[in-house]
Amino acid sequence: MPLWLFIFLAALAIIGAAGVVLQRHPVHSLLSLVMTLVVIAVLFIGLGAATVGFLQMIVYAGAIMVLFLFVIWLLNLQSQPLEPGHLALKFLGSLGSAALIAELLLFVVHPPPAITQNRAVAMDFGSIGRLAQSLFTDYLIAFEATSVLLLVGVIGGVALARRTTAGGGGAPGGTP
Amino acid sequence: MQQLADSLIAQGMFGANPPRDLIYALFIFVFSLIVFLGIAFPFAGIVSWVERRVWARMQSRCGPNRVGPNGFLQWLADGLKHICKEDLIPADSDPALFKFAPYLVILAFTLPWAVMPFSSQLILADLNVGILYMTSVTALTVVGVLMAGWASNDKWSLIGGIRSAAQIVSYEIPAGLSIFPAVLMAGTLSMQGIIKAQGWAPWTWFAFSNPFTFIAANVLYISALAEGNRTPFDLPEAESELVAGFATEYSGMRYLFFFAAEWGNLFIIGAIITTLFLGGWQFPLISNNAVVMNVLQLITFNIKVLFLVFISVWVRGTLPRVRIDQLMSLCWKYLVPISFVDLVGTAAWIAIWPSGNSVAPWIMLALFLAIVVTFLRRVLHYFRRSKMELYLSPTI
Amino acid sequence: MTNTFSLAAITFDWRPIVPLLIVALGAIIVLLAGVKVDDRESEGLGWLSLLTIAIAFCTALAIPGNQQISFGGALVADGYTAFFYLTILFAAAIIVLMSLDYVAEEGLPGGEYYSLVLFATAGMMLMAAAGDLIIVFIGLETMSISVYILAGLARTSPRSNEASLKYFLLGAFSTGFLLYGIALIYGATGTIKLHALSTLATGVPAPMLLIGVGMLLIGFGFKIAAVPFHMWTPDVYEGAPTSITAFMAVGVKLAAFAAFVRVFLVHLLGVQTDWSMVLWVLAVLTMTTGNIVALMQTNLKRMLAYSAIAHAGYILVAMTAGTSIAGAAVLYYLLGYAFTNLGAFAVIIALSRRGHPHELISDLRGLGTREPALAAAMAIMLFSLTGIPPLAGFVGKFSVFSAALNQGYVALVVIAVVNSVVSAYYYLRPVVAMYTDEGGAEVVALSSRPALIAAIAIAVIATIAIGVYPQPYMNASTSAFASALSKPPLATTASLRP
Repeated sequence: MPLWLFIFLAALAIIGAAGVVLQRHPVHSLLSLVMTLVVIAVLFIGLGAATVGFLQMIVYAGAIMVLFLFVIWLLNLQSQPLEPGHLALKFLGSLGSAALIAELLLFVVHPPPAITQNRAVAMDFGSIGRLAQSLFTDYLIAFEATSVLLLVGVIGGVALARRTTAGGGGAPGGTP
Repeated sequence: MQQLADSLIAQGMFGANPPRDLIYALFIFVFSLIVFLGIAFPFAGIVSWVERRVWARMQSRCGPNRVGPNGFLQWLADGLKHICKEDLIPADSDPALFKFAPYLVILAFTLPWAVMPFSSQLILADLNVGILYMTSVTALTVVGVLMAGWASNDKWSLIGGIRSAAQIVSYEIPAGLSIFPAVLMAGTLSMQGIIKAQGWAPWTWFAFSNPFTFIAANVLYISALAEGNRTPFDLPEAESELVAGFATEYSGMRYLFFFAAEWGNLFIIGAIITTLFLGGWQFPLISNNAVVMNVLQLITFNIKVLFLVFISVWVRGTLPRVRIDQLMSLCWKYLVPISFVDLVGTAAWIAIWPSGNSVAPWIMLALFLAIVVTFLRRVLHYFRRSKMELYLSPTI
Repeated sequence: MTNTFSLAAITFDWRPIVPLLIVALGAIIVLLAGVKVDDRESEGLGWLSLLTIAIAFCTALAIPGNQQISFGGALVADGYTAFFYLTILFAAAIIVLMSLDYVAEEGLPGGEYYSLVLFATAGMMLMAAAGDLIIVFIGLETMSISVYILAGLARTSPRSNEASLKYFLLGAFSTGFLLYGIALIYGATGTIKLHALSTLATGVPAPMLLIGVGMLLIGFGFKIAAVPFHMWTPDVYEGAPTSITAFMAVGVKLAAFAAFVRVFLVHLLGVQTDWSMVLWVLAVLTMTTGNIVALMQTNLKRMLAYSAIAHAGYILVAMTAGTSIAGAAVLYYLLGYAFTNLGAFAVIIALSRRGHPHELISDLRGLGTREPALAAAMAIMLFSLTGIPPLAGFVGKFSVFSAALNQGYVALVVIAVVNSVVSAYYYLRPVVAMYTDEGGAEVVALSSRPALIAAIAIAVIATIAIGVYPQPYMNASTSAFASALSKPPLATTASLRP
């Protein structure tokens, strides 16, 4: 990827990220987030990780953002005026982000050896074959255990949000 | 594409020391323009005419037949009419998003054409993750539709947008999972690679290579119809309930964009299934002339795709719209489990017969033909009992 | 097709994964069986879970004592893994035993309850066996999400909902720290495999590594409820169903410490000077805050929550020392702590009746005359928590403090001993109430709850046995920790890269 393209895309990603914070309306914030995620997907593709890039596009920009939007609509969030109060919160927030920026600069100025050393990249880097190979050898247990984790999440969603038919506080009914 | 540009540069067409990047960009631009203006958009328009004519036949009407021979130019007239109309923007809408949404939808419609394998050489870019690219860029549609529904600031639009998004996100799961049996069989994600792993004869197509892929092809077709908001899954724009769903507030060119994308998507749906399961452009090698072969392949590919497009038009003229809960239960209770079984079953099949089973394709093909014959017999039964004139002269 | 590869490229050692698979499979079976079972008659599901745990326990016995790396370094099979597998499974079995009547009486959804307990157990075991940081994270999440849900399963109770939500929000927050820490460690060293990390994280570490280790510390600190990351503990312990509170106090702590000790005391020893001072401060804060706030509690569950915080502080005292003796002491302490707390919570369940939780210290009044056996059990548990010989708590505290003393942390040990003395006040208050006062809550006849009796009896016997005759358990802890410290066979690591 040529440098100018990288800078252009990175700038777009940062503009989108800033939009998430600066937009007043939650839906606008969300669409800014979609933009950031799509641009990051393009960056992935530019860096040779096409599979990851397209998966990011499908999963995040396509599916997860839609769920976020549903939540925003479900809660009927409206445009939020910036609140003048909460000085302490603002102070702590600024402090936190300042620390993060300082940390980032520190790593740029004084990068750890693991980042600076050039690593040999396999010919088929980023291909789906290589991805599958690491998923099913080195990270087999992590990959399979994640399915258990997701199953637990699904059970939790159903167990906590399901309507109780046998009275006891939940809304009656439970139409299919 | 790059080879063609390189050969032209080598012939000295662009001077002695040409700026290569610019020439490549020019080539891509020109070919994209040809594909989009010459194929994608006219196709969308023509399908709208075909669809209206076919429905008319099915409902014993005439359909549009005034503009041009048999009303063929109806789509141009409609397009011109929409372009000339006023572009209304509701006062209470969110104007920026309202204006931007149709472009996003049309973008999601045009991007897949970049990897459309028309023939062994006519392809803009043979990405090694082609099919993944196709599903991921079509996923952008949902953002545009939601944006349109929300920005219109209208109950019908919003409900249409929500329905559409829920539908697309849900059906993306069986659609995505049904792609993978074919990918497993071919061992690659590239569109050309998948086609090359099949042959010209039906018994070498992935659709018939084992029972699981046969079901997967059907699941994929159903899910793709749902993702494209096609009847019987066109709840987002259910006219009797929602006027025109997320497109209610749109008019003029922007309205046209939504429907051009919807009709054009039929070609993309057909192309995906043709590529994955029906052998793509594969044609017997009867000539060593590359041009002849490419033309034959182009025709083969288009016949297959257009047949699938015709089926979806047929379905739209035949089936009633489903309810939203039926739509969701079809997806989550039937298609998703079936496609999981398909995926695992195909993997097991490959593990048992790594080089393919020689008997199964014939059985599957025979089964398919049996289904077709049974179906045709029923159709013929009604055919005989009805008035013949309308059916026999389609050009009224 | 160039992307062919064979699974022979990675080393398979099935022994560490079999108990995990059995527990996860059992969870799924219980969940499916639960669909057909009425919530008030869920004992059958409990027995099914117990059977699962028993089978897993038997298979866990097959894990070798010397270290074996399996699944490309993702899991480690050694005495340490086996020790925690067995302890966690035993604790889970006691939890299920004491839930049998409680869940049915409270009308909690049985299928979800028992399957989530099993899923959480699987997550805990994954943390104990983790050979890389991703597995630590996934195990931790599996465990935590199950427990968030379990805490909120009593859906009609607002306190339960509050507990669940509070635990979830703070837990998610802490997981963020943990993940960020893992990311920074990966950035600094280029690996997430613990064995590779132990050779890379030595000498003067890069700032990125240090920040990563700090974040990791915060993440673990939340899970073990170390001060100042303890804010969720009292409310969550109080609001959750009592059996789940016991599970949080015992299972979650066991697993969190299993991963914490393996990461810090085994693989990050190279940068020990950098984190031991932080642990020193954390230990002092945790012990002192826990004990002082516990003095003012009137609710037994809340009191035990603060006591759990204080005990995390005692364990941190040993971790500060960082030697192999300290590691063994931590393991031994956890063993005693687990059984003691299980017993205490089981007694609280025995006090409760449907709709009447009876969780106040005043509810214990006169228990010594009405239910002498129950009162005696509670007294033994509280004595053990105080650290009165010859119970498990005493030997645990003794070994933990002596490990710290060996490394010259005199001030720390003095603070710990003072704390221990302070804690005697609030531990003995319920004992006094049981034997001197009159007019507490009515208790359901114990004989109608045989499973609960069994749970209490096992906990009492274990607490006494570990305290009176500590040698075999001490030896087990020592050899378990020693096997975690040993280097893996080189041949195994060499064949990891295909």
